[in-house]
Amino acid sequence: MSQSIVNSHEITQICLLAGKIILQNGGETYRVEDTMVRIAAAYGIDNSHSFVTPTGIIFAIDGSSQMTKLIRINERSTNLLKVSLVNDISRKISTGKLAAGEAHRLLQEIDSNAFVYPSWLKIVAAAIASGCFLIMFQGSWPDALPVMLTSGIGFAFFLQLHRMVPIKFFAEFITALLIGTLSVFFVHKGFGMDLDKIIIGSVMPLVPGLHITAAVRDLMAGHLVSGLSKGAEAFLTAFAIGAGIAAVLSFY
Amino acid sequence: MMMLEQLVTSFIATAAFGLIFNVPKRTLLHCGAVGMIGWLIYVSCTQLNMDAIPSTLIAAFIVTVISQLFAKLYKTPIIVFSVSGIIPLVPGGLAYDAMRNVVEDNYDIAVQLAVKAFMISGAIAIGLVFSEVINQIIRKSERKH
Repeated sequence: MSQSIVNSHEITQICLLAGKIILQNGGETYRVEDTMVRIAAAYGIDNSHSFVTPTGIIFAIDGSSQMTKLIRINERSTNLLKVSLVNDISRKISTGKLAAGEAHRLLQEIDSNAFVYPSWLKIVAAAIASGCFLIMFQGSWPDALPVMLTSGIGFAFFLQLHRMVPIKFFAEFITALLIGTLSVFFVHKGFGMDLDKIIIGSVMPLVPGLHITAAVRDLMAGHLVSGLSKGAEAFLTAFAIGAGIAAVLSFY
Repeated sequence: MMMLEQLVTSFIATAAFGLIFNVPKRTLLHCGAVGMIGWLIYVSCTQLNMDAIPSTLIAAFIVTVISQLFAKLYKTPIIVFSVSGIIPLVPGGLAYDAMRNVVEDNYDIAVQLAVKAFMISGAIAIGLVFSEVINQIIRKSERKH
């Protein structure tokens, strides 16, 4: 193979870029480390070390051409499509099918493209999911329409607000306030019947399911720092939603 | 009839959640299937008069096992499947009831409900870990042969 031509600088760049994309888009910490070490090994560097936390990656290679690099992660979102695309690329690299230059180009393409479903589709999905959750939690069918309305409006508001207010917990708190108020309003006007079920159903799209799963998987893989901080993120989100709803209920 | 209703709604709800998490298009239906099976197991367990905590544990375990199978089969990260499958099991209703009782000054009931919600979250975590461990044991014994 042409390993000797590829210099360690480019390999470090590829590894960090792959790691950054996975971490930014909701992948687990152990997957980030695993992917980086695998890519490095496929390009002939066996002594690579990485330290990954939700806010930054440190990656180092040993040997004749030593190098250590740090990358800061500022924004995190959920885009599992990007995670699985990077996964495909790392799979190809480790079977030796992809040269370093080509891999770097592909990763940059993934990084710069958005690859998201349109916002309106996500809002519709949130509304439908809430309607379904209402039925799953033994709610009645006539309540489905108010739930879908509340949750759709709430989720659209959340997406918009999160764009303006970078503090996620604040956006979640305000959204929970809005959802609570809307539900109380609908029940008051006789449009909905069971207030509890309507609120539970509408709040579901905000529930931090991804963070809980990722936190547990990280803790199990021995990434204590990442696991705890992701757990804290999940807890704060749950707390923000709870506080928002509680505020509405205490006035009602 | 009621079971059918539950199956259809849980399938749609989990697939919609997959959409919110931006999973690849080709895996949307699989996400729905994982969530549907998990919810089917949870509902059947509770109908057999099992407590919510062991029911959640079993359902979370099965969800992860199926997610691992799918992850291997379709060469896709496991988190794509397991995340949306776990969502219906999250004790949102209990947490809500707990909070409502806090607001109404019924702290004794609120603490009971909160502890129960916490235990169910723990059951989800243990279910995830259990199947993870079994998966690792199988993988290690495969490598030895």
